[in-house]
Amino acid sequence: MLQTDNPVQDLPAGHGHSVASSNSSANAVSVRNVSKNYGTVEALKDLSLEFPKGQLTSLLGPSGCGKTTLLKIIAGLLEPTSGEIEVDGRSVDGPGPDRAFVFQDFALLPWASVLRNVSFGLELRGVAKSEREDIAAKYIADVGLAGFEKSYPHELSGGMRQRVGLARALSVDSDVLLMDEPFSAVDEQTRRKFQEDLLSLVANENKTFIFVTHSIEEAVYVSDQIAILLPRPSRVSDIIRPSGLREKDSRSIRRDPEYLDIVDEIWESLRSYVE
Amino acid sequence: MANRSLFLKLLSAFVVFGAWEIAGRIPVSYAFPTFFESMAALFKMMFDGSLLAAYAETLKPLAIGILISAFLGIAIGLWIGLSGWFDWLFSPIFIVMQAAPLAALIPLLVMMYGIGLTSKVFVVCIMAMPVIVLNTAGAVRNTPSSLTEMGKSFLASKAEVITKIIVPAASPVIFSGLRLGISAGFIGAILSELKITPTGVGDIITYSRSIADYATMYAAIFSIIVLAVLFLNFLEKIEKFFFAGNVRGYASD
Repeated sequence: MLQTDNPVQDLPAGHGHSVASSNSSANAVSVRNVSKNYGTVEALKDLSLEFPKGQLTSLLGPSGCGKTTLLKIIAGLLEPTSGEIEVDGRSVDGPGPDRAFVFQDFALLPWASVLRNVSFGLELRGVAKSEREDIAAKYIADVGLAGFEKSYPHELSGGMRQRVGLARALSVDSDVLLMDEPFSAVDEQTRRKFQEDLLSLVANENKTFIFVTHSIEEAVYVSDQIAILLPRPSRVSDIIRPSGLREKDSRSIRRDPEYLDIVDEIWESLRSYVE
Repeated sequence: MANRSLFLKLLSAFVVFGAWEIAGRIPVSYAFPTFFESMAALFKMMFDGSLLAAYAETLKPLAIGILISAFLGIAIGLWIGLSGWFDWLFSPIFIVMQAAPLAALIPLLVMMYGIGLTSKVFVVCIMAMPVIVLNTAGAVRNTPSSLTEMGKSFLASKAEVITKIIVPAASPVIFSGLRLGISAGFIGAILSELKITPTGVGDIITYSRSIADYATMYAAIFSIIVLAVLFLNFLEKIEKFFFAGNVRGYASD
């Protein structure tokens, strides 16, 4: 069940477990030889990784493996000790309009309504009030929160709060969406719904997704490419590209033999690092 | 719900004032008037204009002191919270100010600034400012880091991170500092009129006590408490107006 017609056509590396291509035009984000030290502790060591355009790449690994550190370096929130980050072929050294972040704890402004929270990114970019509220209202409806524009975050459930966080990240229309364990603070059923919605988001929006998770099942379910990170110091131990899962209906993926095999294989490679 | 809370407010007022009336009638002390005697004295002062004249005097150091404490206190608190160096330099001053026995410092203030308005404003500030400064600084320091990271990742400038994230995030604790500080400022204003020179409401208290007119004395004390409570309610209205989502109910609702 090798993948034959990849929706992103210019990707040569769509088969089996191959290392991603280094063709920069096909990569939205490139991480080159990045190291990060906290004092004498090496959090990341000489890490290189490519993120293909229009696809979802998961960073998966045991806790303490530096996956969130890597994501924050890509976001420009942390400075790497050495190495560089390229977004769309340009080297970056700070946050930029080409990347938007979805936070694990949602990071919503508790004093602001849903509408103001979603339009906050546009507000910081100097978009006029009526225009940004129109855009925000559209994305609020897209994530299924129409009617809650005037609510405050503390009046919403965890799942709804993360939908607000997602709408905020979508409304600034960045090419790259950085998601830091976005579904880990919501309940299991909401989480499954989010995962299904994420698949259609990847299929419909022409964006690149970088997704940090500690759930093996979640990573295999949603990813085009899974980077396995191992800890102390962090390095990429393997890159897995599920080939036949994208064509499947989102409800049958979990019964697919390839899905089950990859989940097993990843667990075998990680189990010795988990105490 | 609103009716119920109004009913509870009236009920608790009735219980407190009823207990006051009973205690006055026993009487628990010759120096303790009944509730109705005190209210009669209060209305008498209101209508003959002496209360108004007294407040015109008392409100001067109180208003000036509270304005200085609020604006300067929040500004210094922000600075202390944002800069470790400023924290090192200024925090100890306000911690000492908060712990100092104010009554013992008043002779020193009188020696330095005389018996006029300046000394009284100082007393109000010494009472009100430390808690405003320390609360503001603590709240700023404890801004959730994910909120400031969110601001940075959505391209907020340094100034925007402070004005649009840190200050609103700190506002509940800043406002609770203001509430505590302003109540302390009211105490400071009366204290200064009792300890420095008897003017305004402090004069009514001192004079009526000296002629054993306890009803008038308690009426004056009662009026300052009412004024303080009304002012704190007004402060809550301001907070609700600016930061609606932060407010999830207060005891006074």
